[in-house]
Amino acid sequence: MFNISKYDEAGSLDGALEFLSEHPAAKVIAGGTDVVIKMQGGKLREVELFSIRGLAELKGSKCSPDGAVLLGPLVTFSQIAGDPFLQDNIPVLTQAALSMGGPQIRNIATIGGNICNGAVSADSAPTLLALNAELRLQSARGERKVPLREFYLGPGKVDLRPGELLTGIMVRPEEYLGYHGHYIKFAMRKAMDIATLGVSVLCRVEEGKVLRGVRIALGVAAPTPIRCPEAEAFAEGKTASAETLREIGRLAVRSTKARTSWRASQEYREHLVAELVPRALQEAMRAAGGEGNA
Amino acid sequence: MREGKGISEAMRMPGVKGLSEAEGLSEAEGMSEAEGMSEVKGISEVGVMRMSEVKRKPGDGTTPENVLRKISFTVNGKALTLYVDIRESLLEVLRERLGFTGVKKGCGVGECGACTVLVDGTPIDSCIYLAVWADGREIRTVEGLAVDGQLSPVQEAFVEEGAIQCGFCTPGLVLSTTALAESGKEYSREEIKRELSGHFCRCTGYQNILKAAERAVHEGGHRCAHCEHEREGEKRI
Ligand SMILES: Cc1cc2nc3c(=O)[nH]c(=O)nc-3n(C[C@H](O)[C@H](O)[C@H](O)COP(=O)(O)OP(=O)(O)OC[C@H]3O[C@@H](n4cnc5c(N)ncnc54)[C@H](O)[C@@H]3O)c2cc1C
Ligand code: FES
Ligand code: FES
Repeated sequence: MFNISKYDEAGSLDGALEFLSEHPAAKVIAGGTDVVIKMQGGKLREVELFSIRGLAELKGSKCSPDGAVLLGPLVTFSQIAGDPFLQDNIPVLTQAALSMGGPQIRNIATIGGNICNGAVSADSAPTLLALNAELRLQSARGERKVPLREFYLGPGKVDLRPGELLTGIMVRPEEYLGYHGHYIKFAMRKAMDIATLGVSVLCRVEEGKVLRGVRIALGVAAPTPIRCPEAEAFAEGKTASAETLREIGRLAVRSTKARTSWRASQEYREHLVAELVPRALQEAMRAAGGEGNA
Repeated sequence: MREGKGISEAMRMPGVKGLSEAEGLSEAEGMSEAEGMSEVKGISEVGVMRMSEVKRKPGDGTTPENVLRKISFTVNGKALTLYVDIRESLLEVLRERLGFTGVKKGCGVGECGACTVLVDGTPIDSCIYLAVWADGREIRTVEGLAVDGQLSPVQEAFVEEGAIQCGFCTPGLVLSTTALAESGKEYSREEIKRELSGHFCRCTGYQNILKAAERAVHEGGHRCAHCEHEREGEKRI
């Protein structure tokens, strides 16, 4: 038995927003793979659950004719991983989705829950940050658009206001068309493990080796998922030699504020950043030379 | 392609379709309690939780009215309508109230896969799945795989390959493998490993489990009590 005091289900998006404005204490639940675990662990007690699982408005994903991709927050990791459009056009997102949990978790866990839970280890975070994803947030009072980069406030803390729901995750065409990417989840096990470090990179490659528009995003390297602006600026227009890649890795470490946890020490995490950022870039460039998409 | 064929398909994925149906079902008259339950032997006594059975803590404001929900679903092809407690997991309902003890409780937090069942054909961990979410769904447990006492091809493969020791992880693994076999898709060895990575086995060392899964998935076909799929898998036996 979970420690639940009330359970309600949303019937429509408008109804849900109205309900949430009247019940500020209600805890939104989607896939429940974070919420239920917190109830099991006693971190959440006497919870008034409000399930948004039934909201058709928040399911599925759309691609507009200009290529803008709008992911519904209720899209599961399995749905992302299995989506042929994403596999063809943003395979780095497919890769990130498949790195998460195990199959039974991916079948239930939603991308919206992953974002709103705000874990620094969230496997969707580095890639969505690298893609400059923008969030659509709605409350009874109206809609806001917030870049994902500004959404993370601290460990487990996100800019979600009372009564607000995440209603969409937007990736603009200019953020992925022509880009190539790679995600490395560094963990102790290949599956069913939380990242010790997550590295996602995106870049365009000119003449086989000139780097353009490099984006480097890290999970578990600071209190929130981060980008590495210094390393990105340095990489612009550079010819990718072993030395340049090493320097990009070194500069990426400067953006980190890693700490020591039971999973890894600060020094080890910094070493991983310096090592894995160049590796991820190499893989992205390899992808560029091959089939030619992010 | 730009229209995103895959993406629009995502909207029509099985997990998605069922939910909206579920809303309708809870109001549906069609499936009366008596009808659904009389089909399942022994379940009629436990199927409906009596109001007096609701677990209450003094002074917590819990009343039967606010913790009980009536849901309709099928388990191994049998239609059931029953009251579940909003605080119950699907694991608890299946195992403790309906007697499907093939659904094992291991970690209770989504890590080990012992509690895996198929919901609309998709493997999920029933320990972290609220029972109310089963409304309108088709649930399958390991008890539903054998037909007239004859094991399913996936079960046979586990026996043939000696993929079982204590057996605690086996129902979950057999169900995940069943979902792979029934998908009709091709899976490489690496993909099979990935698809079974949500199951922990503390005895076998996984080699035989992988062999059994490969055998079952590659030989294809299956048979179950309540659907008429290709029966090619039987040829092997
Ligand atoms: C065994 C196990 C393994 C895991 N492995 C991984 C892993 O490898 N990588 C990883 O990143 N995570 C992992 N997780 C964590 C979890 O599965 C993910 O964070 C998941 O994406 C959460 O999604 P959910 O739909 O289950 O969220 P829920 O638990 O339903 O919700 C999570 C949070 O988001 C809020 N929320 C959900 N949807 C919305 C919305 N639309 N609007 C506003 N608020 C919302 C909820 O109120 C809650 O605070 C694992 C969990 C388990 C149990
Ligand atoms: S008991 Fe459900 S996953 Fe372990
Ligand atoms: S056979 Fe014992 S846990 Fe797998």
